[in-house]
Parts: sequence; structure tokens; C-alpha cells
Amino acid sequence: MRAKGPLSHTALHMILLGGSFLFLFPLFWMLSTSLKPIEETMLTPPQWIPSALHFDNYLKAVTHGSEILGYIPFLEYGKNTLLLCALGVVGTVISNALIAYGFARLRWPGRNIFFGITLATMMIPFPVLMVPMFVLFRELGWVGTFRPLWIPAWFGSAFNIFLLRQFFLTIPRELSDAAVVDGCSEFQVFRHVILPLSRPALSVVALFYFLFTWNDFLGPLIYLTDQRMFTLSLGLQFYQSQHGGTEWHLLMAAATIVVLPIIVLFFFTQRTFIQGIALTGMKG
Amino acid sequence: MRGLRRRELWAGLAFVSPWVVGLGVFLIYPIVASLYYSFCDYSVLERARPIGLANYIDLAKDSVFWKSLFNTLFYAALAVPLGLGLALALALLLNSGVRGLTVYRTIFFLPALMPMVALAVLWLWIFNGEYGVLNVALARLGIHAPAWLTDPAWSKPALVLLSMWGVGQAMVIFLAGLQDVPEHLYEAADLDGASWWDKIRHVTLPMISPVILFNGIMGIIGSLQFFAIPYIMTPNGQPARSAYFYAMYLYDNAFLYLRMGYASAMAWILFILIFCLTLVSLRLAARYVHYEAAP
Repeated sequence: MRAKGPLSHTALHMILLGGSFLFLFPLFWMLSTSLKPIEETMLTPPQWIPSALHFDNYLKAVTHGSEILGYIPFLEYGKNTLLLCALGVVGTVISNALIAYGFARLRWPGRNIFFGITLATMMIPFPVLMVPMFVLFRELGWVGTFRPLWIPAWFGSAFNIFLLRQFFLTIPRELSDAAVVDGCSEFQVFRHVILPLSRPALSVVALFYFLFTWNDFLGPLIYLTDQRMFTLSLGLQFYQSQHGGTEWHLLMAAATIVVLPIIVLFFFTQRTFIQGIALTGMKG
Repeated sequence: MRGLRRRELWAGLAFVSPWVVGLGVFLIYPIVASLYYSFCDYSVLERARPIGLANYIDLAKDSVFWKSLFNTLFYAALAVPLGLGLALALALLLNSGVRGLTVYRTIFFLPALMPMVALAVLWLWIFNGEYGVLNVALARLGIHAPAWLTDPAWSKPALVLLSMWGVGQAMVIFLAGLQDVPEHLYEAADLDGASWWDKIRHVTLPMISPVILFNGIMGIIGSLQFFAIPYIMTPNGQPARSAYFYAMYLYDNAFLYLRMGYASAMAWILFILIFCLTLVSLRLAARYVHYEAAP
């Protein structure tokens, strides 16, 4: 075995089980609180497991009234979030695949310099871009619409271009040369030779972009002004600022609604996920 | 041959054309504009008016700026090394041939998936002064715990503690690095009678040092831009601005006080800070990081 430690197998498992408990407990606590009647959230010592499972908390959380602004429409937030995720994922996959192909498989003057500039822009932190982007989108009349949150995805991003380019470079040149000899256009080579072979890399890009959009808070906070157009993340923060501090059972139900789809997605795509993260680490 | 070249030139430009627009409109233009705004008085509502270095001079005299910078560096100085240490320790435990590796890996990784907002809301509840489960548990162990988020001395350590829960991503990257260390190096070390610690020190750590560097730089970049969690958990950096972070002040300047020029100057200072810290890391790395010769 690799670098076997000084610990016996029992001790190793004890430590890992203890660690697992600490890592899982907050999630358990979120779920447990979300299913309690309100009285049981305020007991000392705490009630670990709800006396009865109050699934109606979830219904209350998504239809909860707010004295100032009417009810907080969580279902619409879910729809908004999914719409943004879908538009962004499709745009990100298509644009980055095209661009990466242009960098990886075609030779044209200036390509390497252009690629170098692309890599250098990865260093720029978001706050530098934040103000001028806001000004630009404001000039275009896009503030208060979904456009600033998905249209940029259709124009590529340095990191994904890098990732896909690396992947395309590993595909043997003979395959595309053969297709060119057979009379395929460059786009047909891309579409029928390269894309089918790049499924794993494309799904990493799609998955990470989905996750980014689902979790994004700063973008919606800056650009969305109409309460009905919020995303789940922004909606949850809004909900917390309205109802936080007392009705913890409903707040935890709302948080669970935001988290659960991601956890389910993770369990279905675990291998892509873990490989993708390992892949992003490899560029170091 | 000529025709083929031609064809590749036009095809190449066609393929990268979305990026010509993307790079120009969403990167180059904002970078140039941001630098220009940083030398301007600009409220969005009126035209930008150049004022030279005034924003930077005002920042140097702005006590809130220094406070937010101090808070951010304090947070990063604790969260980055502790996070690296915990992620590496977990990865080493998982890589020691333990059974159920994938199950443990999933468990430790799960919290890293949490949307920031959900994470912040959940930990507000866990840290809660009255009914928070953390202090109940600590009291059982006989520890009199502080009032975390409402105590200026403990608000930053509380956020560092919370960040430990999200080390799963770094752990997965470490684990991938550890699994790439060739088995024969350990076998050779065994023949030399190396102890477990010798192997960690002389084989494992040098072999994964590029991964440590990568995770370290990512950690620094991320923690200097720490925003969503404190924005929700410690609004306005309360108590006593002890949890007011750099990105929060930047955001407030831009979108609350509409001081876009001032915010842009802050953004450039942040960029320069990240750039310098990355350079320092790379310089340090040149001394300690071991790169396998390319095959």
C-alpha cells in the first residue's frame, strides 16, 4: 500500500468516522430542523430528531407571506435559476468548444499570442471587471433583466477554452486529417470527429457552469432588481433578511430546497465531478 | 499547400470569433475602463471626471479601507494555511489504503458543493447564540464557548472555522496528486528502511509540492475576495466592523454609495495585492517545489 501510516486500520477508521460525523452533522442538522415544529427548534438540550416529520414546513417556506412585499415566490426562483442555468450551459459548451477548436486544431498567424493573452486574463479578479461591466450593461439597458447573467457565457471564458484546448490536443491528428481528405469541411470535422470524442471534457465544462450559475450570488445581487426575477440563491438571502432570526425551521426548509438539487445532481454525476476537479487541479 | 493555409486561417478566425468579441467586450474593455475610472470621480449618474490620484490618496487615509484590508488579511492568514493543512491531512488519511475510500471522499466533499448562501444561512443557525447547536455541544464538553458572530473578537475565527467545512475541493485535488505518486518510489524508500514519516517528508511532499502550490494560490485568491458568506452572516461587518471584508467595502462603495471610481481604485489595489502574493508564492516555490522532468 502507498505510504502506509503508523495508524492501525481500526484507528484510521475511527478518525475518518469522527471526521465524517463532523462533516455530515451540519447537513443533518439542516434537514432535522427543517422538519420540526417551531417549538422543537427552541429546546435546550436540543431535540435531535423531530418528534414528527413536518413536511408542511416546506410548503410554508415556499409560500410564506411577507408583510412588506407579499409572498416570496420560491417556485418562480427555481424556474428563473433553471432558465439561467440552461441558457448559460448551452452557450458555454458551444462557444468554448468552437473557440478551443480554433486554438487547438487550426494554424493561423497570431494564434499563440492570442492564446497567451487569453491565459493572462485568468489572473484578473472579478472585482476589477465588476464596475465597468455594470456600467456597460446599464448603458445597454440590461440591468434588471437576465441578460447580463447568461449572454456573456456565449462568448467563451479563458479557463474553459484552456481546459477544452488541452483535451482536443490529445485527439490524434490522423482522425481529422482523414476526414479532411474525405472532403469534410472544418466545421464538419469539429462536429462529427472532435465533439463526439470530447464528451467527458464537455460534460465537465457543462456541469461546472451549471453549478456556478446555481450557486452564484454576486451576479444576481448586482443585476437583478425585480423581486420576482430573483434566483434561488438571491431569493434565499432575501428570505433570510425578511424572516431570519426566528422561524429557523422554515429557513432551513428553504435552504434545503436550494441545496438538495445540487446534492442529487452530484450523486448522479459523481465520476465526472471528481475527475473534473482533479483535472482543474492538474493545470498547476 | 497555399490553399490549405488560407482555409485554416479563415476557419481559425471563424472558430475563435466569439472569443474575439468576448475578450474585447467582457475583459479588455472592462480592464481598461476600470483603470481609467480608478483615476476619476464617477457616480454612474454623471459622466466620469478625471481627478488624478485622488482616489488612491483618499484610500490611504480611509480608516475603513485599512480595517477591511486588515480583516481580510487576518482571515486569509488563518483560513488558507489551516485549510491546506486539513485538506492535505484528510487526503493522506484517505490515500493510506483505507477501505471505503470513495464513501469517505464523498462525505468530505459534500459540503464543498453547498451554495454559499445556503451555507451562510445554515451556519447562522449553528452559531446562533441562544439555540445554536455548536455551543450546546461545546457546553456538554465543558467548554464555555464565545458568542461567535456577535463577539468582535470571535467573528473572524468563526468564519475561519466555517471555511474548514469546505476544504473538500482542495482535498479531492490533493488526492488526485497523491494517487499520481509512482508506487516504485515508496518501494525504493522501503528498501532503504524509511519510516512512514521519512516517506511523507522525502517522497510524498516533494512529489505533490506543485499541487500544494496550486491549492495555496487558489486559496489566497479566493479568500482575498471573500464576500457572499460575510455579506449574509455579518451584514455591514457587524459586530464593530470586525467582519467587514475588503470585497464588501468594495461592493458597498460601488453599489451602495455609487462611488464607482473609488471602488475601481480598490479593485486595482486588490489585483496588485493578489499579483504580488502569487509572485511571492511562485518565488518561494522555485526553492521548494519539485517538478518531475517532462517525459
